[in-house]
Amino acid sequence: MNLIVKSALAGAFALSATTAMAQEDVIDVGMILPYVGVYASLGEEIDQGFVLALEEAGMTDRFNIIREDTEASPQVGVAATRKLVLQDEVDVLTGLVSSGVLAAIRDFVDQSQTPLIVSNAGNDEATGADCSPYITRVSFSNAQVNRPMGQWLYDQGVRTVYTLAPDYAAGRQHIGAFVTAFEAAGGEVLGQDYTPFGQTQDFGPYLTTAQAADPDAIFVFYAGGEAINFVKQYDSFGIKDETPLYGSGFLTSQLYLDAEGPAALGVITSLHYLPTLDTPENKAFVEAFQAKANRLPSEYAVQGYDAGRALVEAVKAGATDRESIKEALRDVQYTGPRGPLEIDPATNNIVQNVYIYDIVEGEDGKLTQELLDTVEAVRDEPNGCEL
Amino acid sequence: MNFWIVQALNGLQLSMLLFLLSIGLTVIFGLMHFVNLAHGALYALGAYVGVSAFALTGMYWGAFLLAPIAVALAGVVLYLGLIRRMRKAGPMNQVLVTFGLIFVLLDITRIIWGDLALSIPEPQLFTGRSEVLGVAYPTYRLFIIGLGLTVMAGLWLLLSRTQIGAMIRAGVDNDQMAACLGINVERLFFIVFCIGCALAGLAGAVAAPVLSVTPSMGTQLLIPVLIVVVIGGLGSLKGAIAGSLLVGFIQTFGAVLAPQLASVAIYALLAAVLIFRPAGLFPAKA
Repeated sequence: MNLIVKSALAGAFALSATTAMAQEDVIDVGMILPYVGVYASLGEEIDQGFVLALEEAGMTDRFNIIREDTEASPQVGVAATRKLVLQDEVDVLTGLVSSGVLAAIRDFVDQSQTPLIVSNAGNDEATGADCSPYITRVSFSNAQVNRPMGQWLYDQGVRTVYTLAPDYAAGRQHIGAFVTAFEAAGGEVLGQDYTPFGQTQDFGPYLTTAQAADPDAIFVFYAGGEAINFVKQYDSFGIKDETPLYGSGFLTSQLYLDAEGPAALGVITSLHYLPTLDTPENKAFVEAFQAKANRLPSEYAVQGYDAGRALVEAVKAGATDRESIKEALRDVQYTGPRGPLEIDPATNNIVQNVYIYDIVEGEDGKLTQELLDTVEAVRDEPNGCEL
Repeated sequence: MNFWIVQALNGLQLSMLLFLLSIGLTVIFGLMHFVNLAHGALYALGAYVGVSAFALTGMYWGAFLLAPIAVALAGVVLYLGLIRRMRKAGPMNQVLVTFGLIFVLLDITRIIWGDLALSIPEPQLFTGRSEVLGVAYPTYRLFIIGLGLTVMAGLWLLLSRTQIGAMIRAGVDNDQMAACLGINVERLFFIVFCIGCALAGLAGAVAAPVLSVTPSMGTQLLIPVLIVVVIGGLGSLKGAIAGSLLVGFIQTFGAVLAPQLASVAIYALLAAVLIFRPAGLFPAKA
């Protein structure tokens, strides 16, 4: 329903925009996001962030957004992409929450030579072995977010870990990047479990097993409902007192903090954005987002914002069609809410800071993120990418 | 040793949650041969009502009391509006209608409560850990085990010692003969359906502090519950107990001993039971 209203509004907007400003080129943007299903809340955040970037630049009438719902299904995503590229003939595509959908549309996007700005999907291959000059990622790669934690954890005196993650591609990439870096630093992995993805509600058996291995720390990747279940159950078993919990920052994302409650206190994770970053750019962004959505922005909102901002920057630099947008995106560079960022010419992936943070109780009694350390300008290796 | 005690308690806790859900489903099925696939969605509804009741009353026990009542009422509406009409429609139509209901209820919860995962805290009384058999175990999980055992005992008394229990057993065994003897089987079914819904709602409220409350929580649990019902045998309390324990323990110890096989183990069990005991372990009908 929401989507229909929005699309109708966007359509009406576009109509008035084209008639009013017929002389100026309107850029058609195909937005591919999940608006229903398990990822719907993420799609919503990204969408709001994207629109905010256009509003901030005062350029909403230069862009005509055409929204397509992917649910989280690769087939639906492919159909939506084909429709946007062939029928609507959009100048640029953006969106993508699910890595599975990104992998499914990769070849079509590449062959149809339509620039795509990825605003979430983090599979390493998209800017690695399967990279394309037409695919630019402004969100993160799974490896990028976790690699810095390997050395950092070792430097904190952690020598042995036990890892847990859902058993699917992203879960293995998140953990794999951390483990490689942690072992390179000299640490030892005592054990690893991959829990059935989307079927595991009770982590009790895994937690008990991990605890029995007696590691210095537990390192995990979980997101969404699983993140909430995990953090709460970890706390209820009392493991926190003996074995601290570390992980990929999605574990204690702003989106889930309220539901996790005090169980999240003291959990240390790494991520590319925190709503509490103390920079003028972020403060302005948080204020603008709160005025719009009445809640703190999550990393997804920032990814949507940066997708919009990158496009705005490209258009400001003179880009008008598919080919020129693709070229201009490579030179995008600015300091945004999450700090300085640029597009790596070797992979088209974002180069950005990774923030290590823990969860503390704020002055207002609500849980909040406390920045512990910043790893600056984290850049992925090309990993087989040739642009 | 402590490790295995904790894991056994984990298994027991999961079994009790499965039991609360499967008993309603199996008796409804056994009594009226009606497959209510929307049972999982009612469980999710219970969890969501629990979240709202907690927000309203500020107490866990508000959720604990209101969720079963609200879901039983939802059951009444479903029964009068839909299920009664579908009684004679044949199993395929019933499956299709209740399958559709899953999606309707899913979207209703999404419209009312949104997509973000929600949660409620454990009740004050049961926070922290308690010492059992020499191990420290989360108190709230012990409460779930205790509650499951209580409901089990209550239902056993109801079914074996009361008149209505005898009527239900008669209905499950042979509904036409029971009707000939003057038992209003239709009304009996209505009562059982409402109790089943209330238990699903209760399970939702009980699960909410341990699990996150998401629109898809019902569909996630539906398949293990259906497996419990099939393994245990349709319509019998004993079957639901045995099925819940088997599935709960196999899931738990599968995850411990062979994590790679954890998700396959219960399906393997299901296949084995279907081959060797097609009617389930303890079918209500001889």
